[in-house]
Amino acid sequence: MTITLKVNGKSHEIDTDASTPLLYVLRNDLGLHGPKFGCGLGQCGACTVQVGGRAMFSCIMPIAAIGGREITTVEGLLENGKPNKVQQAFIDEQAAQCGYCIAGMVMRAQSLLQTNPKPTEAEIRQHMRPNLCRCGTHAAILRAVKRAAAA
Amino acid sequence: MRFRQVIFGIIAVVLLAVIGGYAWTWRPALAAISANQKPAADKQAVRLGAELAAIGNCADCHTTIGGTPYAGGRAIPTPFGTIYASNLTPDPETGIGTWSEEAFRRAMRDGVDREGRQLYPAFPYDHFTKATDADIHALYVFLMSKAPVKNSIPANQLDFPFNYRPIVAGWKVLFLREASLEPDPGKSAEWNRGRYLVEGLGHCGACHTPRNALGAERRNSAYAGGVAEGWNAPPLNAASLAAHRWTVDQLAEYLSTGWHKLHGAAAGPMADVAKNLGQASDGDVRAIATYIASLSQQPRTANNVPPTPRDNFVKNVSPEVAAIYAGACANCHNDRNDVGPSKAVSLGFSTAVRQADPSNTVRVIMHGIHAYQTNGGPYMPAFDGILTDRQIISLAQYVRARYTDQPEWTDVKKEIDKARREGVRP
Repeated sequence: MTITLKVNGKSHEIDTDASTPLLYVLRNDLGLHGPKFGCGLGQCGACTVQVGGRAMFSCIMPIAAIGGREITTVEGLLENGKPNKVQQAFIDEQAAQCGYCIAGMVMRAQSLLQTNPKPTEAEIRQHMRPNLCRCGTHAAILRAVKRAAAA
Repeated sequence: MRFRQVIFGIIAVVLLAVIGGYAWTWRPALAAISANQKPAADKQAVRLGAELAAIGNCADCHTTIGGTPYAGGRAIPTPFGTIYASNLTPDPETGIGTWSEEAFRRAMRDGVDREGRQLYPAFPYDHFTKATDADIHALYVFLMSKAPVKNSIPANQLDFPFNYRPIVAGWKVLFLREASLEPDPGKSAEWNRGRYLVEGLGHCGACHTPRNALGAERRNSAYAGGVAEGWNAPPLNAASLAAHRWTVDQLAEYLSTGWHKLHGAAAGPMADVAKNLGQASDGDVRAIATYIASLSQQPRTANNVPPTPRDNFVKNVSPEVAAIYAGACANCHNDRNDVGPSKAVSLGFSTAVRQADPSNTVRVIMHGIHAYQTNGGPYMPAFDGILTDRQIISLAQYVRARYTDQPEWTDVKKEIDKARREGVRP
């Protein structure tokens, strides 16, 4: 079955089973390796992308559910080929240890700042809660989100 | 002349009713105790009190989200308005720091506070009245051993005439039975212990028994299923919808862990109940399980075949909903007998899917299950937003058609809007 997906501003015709998780299509069909496969259960957040402007787990989102909603991955945040302010804040705070969760963290933070540009510490913690970092760099991630909000 | 007599008569009756009612609902204030009259924190009593408080779920209502346990302030929605749970820490100004044990016992048994004011039955003294003196003593010592927290509780927002506290006295005449439970000699000690806990401190009927227009439990429909914070609290009596009839062993495991492989996860307010029962002694949980299992036991007859899980393998559905079920649900709800890390069971086992209204199914799809964050229990992601409302509706109807023999739900959209308004309690 052919489904049209608009990813990072470009339309793609995808010919695959409609139950395929969005994550597999992004990585395998479109070569976007920012979103990661972590748990495959919607529990860790490594696969987080934006769908219709909201952060979502792409590993549990069948492409049949997307409809006309636009998709943004961490690659799509670049502005003129350069990191946007959220990505730059994560770089400046050296928020990554192994880095596996970071693309998901950036996307989760991006959707927070789009709807709430000046979040409180409590709001940041609440919003970032679905995403896990097994290295334990949460303190640096929190600093990065605050830095991005201040930038 | 005659007219005047009638008017005088009416005035006299009203006056008598007001004076009589006032005299009869009036309760004296009990003397305040000072800090040095607080009970000694006897370790054994504190421990017993902590276990009983867990069985009573006291902290669920008497704590705000992220707040100090027992410091109160949580808004409790009722059909009559919002009631704010009291501060149960021993702060002298905003808590129960000046309450003697007698005052505490009176509140638990009669629903009257230390100052003599009527307490609303959102505080389930209709159940707590059955607690023994010894258990009330342990609860009192436990609460008084907590660190005092200064937390002023907002005023209740109740509609007229319910904002007038003495009216509660009338409610009590109709519905409060202050009597301890006499053990049933024909039953085991374990069953009697379970009945004492379930009917008393555990106040299971507060959610699992339907209520009448005045908010009292309907005694002749005990455990026929009720409502809890928008969730459907399923029947525990013979009308149980469980796909596998509950056994004592299954209930004991479910109640203390929040999950059983043949029943699935405790969700909504029941998730907190299971978390609390995980703190109670194994013996008490087993006693509760023994009594609850007995409520749904019934002789097997031609008309009473135990329910069984079903899978109708419905084929006549839209490709969209079939693909969404396959891609978003079936990975975990895989209908095989193994459960993955999410502890998802086959939806053929689900009570939520069999209920007459879609409230629980809709809430679980939208908000997920997050017990793993607090007690390593089951997990399900929240699909609100991942799926559109239209997709949630068709998915709910799909699992209903596939896993039950029940008719389609009506008004799933209304339930989605209601669940969204009520929000999610993490």
